[in-house]
Amino acid sequence: MSALPFTIYVSFAGALCALAAGTRARMVALVTAVLGFGLALVAAGAFSPSPGLQTLINVSWVGELGIRYHLAADGISLTLVVLTGLAATAGVLFSWNVEERAGEFFALYLALIGGVYGVFLSADAFTLFVFYEIAIVPKYFLIAIWGSTNREHGAMKLVLYSFAGSALVLAGLLWAHAAGGATGFGLGELAVAAARIPREGQIAMFALVFLGFAVLAGLFPFHTWAPTGHVAAPTAASMLLAGVVMKLGAYGCLRVALPLFPAGFAFWQQPIAWLAIAGILYAGCVALVQDDFKFVIGYSSVSHMGFVLLGIAAANPEAVAGAVLQMFSHGVIAGLLFAVVGRMIYERTHTRRLADLRGMPLHRALPFAALVFVLAGLASMGMPGFSGFPAELAILVGAWKSSPAWALAAGAGVVVAAAFTLRAIQVSFFGTTDKSVALRNAPVLHLEPITLPERAGAIVLVAATAYVGLNPDALLNWIMPALQSPLMQATLKGGTP
Amino acid sequence: MNKLPLLSLLVFAPWAGAAVLASLRGAGLRASRVVALTSSLSTLVLAALVLGSFEPARTAPQFVERHAWIAALNVHYHLGLDGLSLVLVVLTGIIAPAALLASWSVGRPRLFGVLFLTLQGSALGVFLALDFVHWFLFWELSLVPAFFLIKLWGGPGATRAAYQFVIYTIGGSAFMLVGFAAMFATTGSLDFQQLAQHGADGSLAAKLGAGGMRLVFLGVLLGLAVKAPLWPLHTWQAPAYAEAPTGASMFLSAVLAKMGVYGFLRILWPIFPQQLHDAAPCLLALALGGIVLGAWAALRQTDLKRMIAYSSLNHVGYCLLALFAVTFAAGRPGLTGEAATAALAGTILQMFNHGLSAAALFCCVGVLESRAGGRRGLHDFGGVRTAAPLFAGLCGVALFSSLGLPGLNGFVGEFLIFRGVFGLSPASAAVACLGLLGTAMFLLTFWQRVFHGPRAGAAAGEFADARGTDLAVLVPLAALMLALGVAPHLLLQFINPLVTAWAGHLVLP
Amino acid sequence: MNYGELFRALSPEAVLVAGALLVLGVDLALGRKKIAEARWNAAARTGILSIGLAACFTYAVGASGTAFDGALVLDSLTRATRFAVLILAGLSLALLPGTVRLRHPAEFVAIVLFATAGFTVMAAAQNLLVAFLALELASLSLYVLAGFDKSRPESAEAALKYFLFGGVSAAFLLFGFSLIYGLTGSIEIPAIARQIGHSPGSPLLVVALVMVLAAFGFKAAAAPFHLWAPDVYQGAPAPAAALIASASKVAGFTLFARLLWSGVGDATGQAPLWMLAVAILAGASLMLGNLVALAQRNLRRLLAYSAIAHAGVMLLGVITGGRFGPAALIYYTFTYGLATIGAFGVIAVVERAGRCDTLEDLAGLHRRSPLLAGCLAVFVLSLAGIPPLAGFFGKFLLFSQALRFGGLSGPAGGLAFLAIALSAVALYYYLLVLKQAYVAAPAAGCQDSIRVPAKPALALLLAAALLIALGVFPGSALGLAT
Repeated sequence: MSALPFTIYVSFAGALCALAAGTRARMVALVTAVLGFGLALVAAGAFSPSPGLQTLINVSWVGELGIRYHLAADGISLTLVVLTGLAATAGVLFSWNVEERAGEFFALYLALIGGVYGVFLSADAFTLFVFYEIAIVPKYFLIAIWGSTNREHGAMKLVLYSFAGSALVLAGLLWAHAAGGATGFGLGELAVAAARIPREGQIAMFALVFLGFAVLAGLFPFHTWAPTGHVAAPTAASMLLAGVVMKLGAYGCLRVALPLFPAGFAFWQQPIAWLAIAGILYAGCVALVQDDFKFVIGYSSVSHMGFVLLGIAAANPEAVAGAVLQMFSHGVIAGLLFAVVGRMIYERTHTRRLADLRGMPLHRALPFAALVFVLAGLASMGMPGFSGFPAELAILVGAWKSSPAWALAAGAGVVVAAAFTLRAIQVSFFGTTDKSVALRNAPVLHLEPITLPERAGAIVLVAATAYVGLNPDALLNWIMPALQSPLMQATLKGGTP
Repeated sequence: MNKLPLLSLLVFAPWAGAAVLASLRGAGLRASRVVALTSSLSTLVLAALVLGSFEPARTAPQFVERHAWIAALNVHYHLGLDGLSLVLVVLTGIIAPAALLASWSVGRPRLFGVLFLTLQGSALGVFLALDFVHWFLFWELSLVPAFFLIKLWGGPGATRAAYQFVIYTIGGSAFMLVGFAAMFATTGSLDFQQLAQHGADGSLAAKLGAGGMRLVFLGVLLGLAVKAPLWPLHTWQAPAYAEAPTGASMFLSAVLAKMGVYGFLRILWPIFPQQLHDAAPCLLALALGGIVLGAWAALRQTDLKRMIAYSSLNHVGYCLLALFAVTFAAGRPGLTGEAATAALAGTILQMFNHGLSAAALFCCVGVLESRAGGRRGLHDFGGVRTAAPLFAGLCGVALFSSLGLPGLNGFVGEFLIFRGVFGLSPASAAVACLGLLGTAMFLLTFWQRVFHGPRAGAAAGEFADARGTDLAVLVPLAALMLALGVAPHLLLQFINPLVTAWAGHLVLP
Repeated sequence: MNYGELFRALSPEAVLVAGALLVLGVDLALGRKKIAEARWNAAARTGILSIGLAACFTYAVGASGTAFDGALVLDSLTRATRFAVLILAGLSLALLPGTVRLRHPAEFVAIVLFATAGFTVMAAAQNLLVAFLALELASLSLYVLAGFDKSRPESAEAALKYFLFGGVSAAFLLFGFSLIYGLTGSIEIPAIARQIGHSPGSPLLVVALVMVLAAFGFKAAAAPFHLWAPDVYQGAPAPAAALIASASKVAGFTLFARLLWSGVGDATGQAPLWMLAVAILAGASLMLGNLVALAQRNLRRLLAYSAIAHAGVMLLGVITGGRFGPAALIYYTFTYGLATIGAFGVIAVVERAGRCDTLEDLAGLHRRSPLLAGCLAVFVLSLAGIPPLAGFFGKFLLFSQALRFGGLSGPAGGLAFLAIALSAVALYYYLLVLKQAYVAAPAAGCQDSIRVPAKPALALLLAAALLIALGVFPGSALGLAT
């Protein structure tokens, strides 16, 4: 367990090294990412699940304000740290071909990763917030410099949305800190202080903090940054954005907003759940009619994050466990989908328009990519055997417990997800199997074969989603005890109507 | 008992075959086909082993394998086999190799084989799983290979048909998933047997509330009804069967459609006896709609494959009709054990019989199509009997079995069903007769137009008789039809105790 | 009257003045024969040396209470402000060798030192007269510095505008002071406080306060008294603009806070009257600064409007400073000054290699000089308030105090929310700067890499390192100020 804080330090150190390494940066990045992943796995091996956060390091940071550098982990953080390591490693493998300003690219990439690790491990609101904002800025440069379509607009929109969200969080936390007369910013202390605040105050504070985090989690109707940002981003950045960064928001909701203001949550529970459902359905329907392949995936991310938010909103052990599982699952799957679309297809065919891809015999030209995309698509549809299924099942179970109507609406979301995923699969890779299109006359595509790093990255991610799909206990055994912690219990009790 | 995990072997042998086939990168076309066929035959061999040590008198699942799987969701890896499963496993064992043989000359055989074996394993999994999670796993997973089999090897409208097929099914199963999520939320179990117990003793209804129970029932019903299919949720069926390549059409209609009916018997009926009873009048009407309209729609088709597809709607409708009639009459004074037993036995038998005849018919159409260079219209042929007498004979057996000619297997199943339904709900039996009439008309039209008269259309010139793989498919199927028609107890002996026990629960003491 | 004590208390100022004279003398004696480069280096070196010496004396003086019959106060606030001012002035001087050549290096450095001396006295002033004198010493020096670049008409325009606005504000200030003196009969801040405590609520006092606030509004470039700022920032030579934006703010806000809190602080009891006025100024500055900055294409004007916005936050710090101590305000102004000097330093170096007016002139900076681009990123992000840079912690601290200061209902709480909301707006224009530096390709015609002389490079790196260090370990700096 004591290895976990080093994931942060290693990432930041790796960022500096990458900056210095120039053209060798990708090797540095790979070593760093693998090291981070390894540390996470070592820690996971030594992890014994228990209720409550297990402190990793706790020293005074700014004594005057009672701010402490407090890192701690429970099963939920651990799950997400492992996810981050996985996504980071795969992301480097899929960025192996970045030549332009490689040093800076990987430095920013690793800085982002470091910030993400930091958020998942923080047990002090200040520490968490610092890491949260550290993760925001690199995104701008990653997208604006190395991105594609409309990149500067996408990058700016994404960063401003995230930053506006974090401003809301800051306002809410400072307010709670002041109003409750807290002595420090530790999550536990804040929760104690927040309990002293009258209900009306809690309602307003919860709204600020939750909304702030939920923007980053892609809560409808504040999700619009996500598709544009994902589309504009370079492959590795899209993978991280959808795979990990959106989880920061959901994690913040779960770790900060709910436990601190259970009374506020109880007030907002219905609207949040319905917004989450609206996101699932709306984003799914939008994904169904997109012509840009990456937009399909981008909107699918919003739709899937809707499930996470629904799970959090349902606020009972099954639903929350499902939400965390879904975070992991979506992190892996979205990474895979973006890798296939951004790296394997776009960089070879130079188009992402489904109408163009339809005319290419891609499943013949890139069978490996087709296979990976089909598997990822199935996982994304919530096909049993992949990680998405136990997650969605748990969320549905939990949602039903809170309100059958939510479960039914989410069920409709599953159908929509299947529809747009299937459409994407068949139009993109299998478009030309129609006899009506004269396949034989089509020019033979000479595409660069799938490279070894791409294969390795894809295999790692597919293996992860299948492993968790077949053995969800591996993660659920970490997550379930974490829900027994006093803070979580307060939420879960306050939350169930 | 047997220590060998026979059921796991049954399920995973085709998948292992698929994995082997997938790893044989450099294998030639022939080698790929042989490997696929061999793996596919594993089911038949293992089914024979199972048959050897099966005890028909025991109605509880046999060869049970149960291991803890997902502790957090209280999920177990739970396989078991009773008479119903056995019949369907044997059916799968017969149809799968036949379908592969029927698609012997298909392009890209390695990929075809991999997908087909995956489909086969999934179907077996559905018939053997006793816990929702992995039952659902197999149920959903079967869609994937089916999708690609239709899409990659199908006809001109395959894309749309495949898409429609999968979306319809998933659309149904998503609500089934919600239903099970709800049941898990209230009972904490996803095991079919435990849920059935909760359903039977009323504790499920007590926890879910009447409204919740109705919602959950509707969700599960929707999932199964799409798959079966129950009219009017059948619209995916004709395009999917018609566009699929021959082998896939055979397997889809013979085995995959049975998954829906199996679900009705295994899940819906035991868990929701009361709800099914309440909904029975309505469902009876829908089943009758399928029977009658399926038959008459088939009559209007000029595409032979679509015709057979609609006949499937009609035939599967009989199975559902019998089941609904039984539940309709459950607990009423007029119910006799005999009628219920007959109806239920007929249902299971009909599933098997329709599997045989539909597979054989699709194979025949496939043969016609390949001889005619892709044409398969009703009016594209004539006098095939003269050109290919052996083929005509085999096809005739299949046609008349489907029609229900006494002496062939189709008669036995339909007779039992009508015998039962007359006793339970005479009015619906009367309406269903309209369906029989329609069936007779379109099958005879088929027979007459294609095989009789002067040689015309595609049969006017060179028209080879059945040979090689065609015979390998059709002869065993025809032989089975004859055998079961003459000696139905060969199959009935395995299911009689089971259906008697089922019926025993229904009759008022 | 103990002149020994006075000399000891003012030893840093003495060193600065002596340094200024030395610079002039050395240049007069030896400089005429040397090339401009050497003269600049010599002057800057001497200036930095004397600032360093002044810092040593500041340390030696320590926080030893009042001096010279209470005209000066030597507390931790004085010490922190003096250190801050000296560091900022030193950095401005260190930038000189890298900037566009001005004539008369020695005079420039000497005037900077005079201004610095004014700032350090402001930090210690506890007497209205001393305060006014120190303020005017600093202001007059700054007017000269703003107009130092005689080759550019903008520089002259800046100086004139600055002088006119500054002169008027000085008049206001003096008027206000005289009213206060008339009301209380004292120019010693503690005595004023005692007197006001006995007889609160005089309408004349309100007039006096409004005068003083308006004057400080001018000095701090708070809306609606900000009009001079964009032109001065645009026209003045870069090191002068840096000094105006940084050290002058630190000293000014220290004086302001001291006057308001220990002087007229309790003028009207629980919620002092002036607080509302300051809150209005702060709100207006925040809104105007951030929103108008969005429309700027000129880099220096953008920095000017960002300065106005930051002035709004600093005014918030003035409001809360009385309850929670001045540490947060000093921390904020100092780190803001560091970032601004850094930004102007980058502008100065780029200017010497070509042009640096519009944002587009920064295009491709990452290729032309990775060092400058890297430093610029640190400065701009610190201004934007991104952790782990010092700008973030300053904001965090001030906002947290503002919210504890009477909660949301108080003027401070609402302002804090406004400031937090506007920080997201601010990020937009700060990112526009970085976008040019990092994302855009260099414009045709100015693609050569930029050579950064050693001293400015060192100064920029030092400023960046300080911003990072203060951001990561804010506790140490806060401890120094309290």
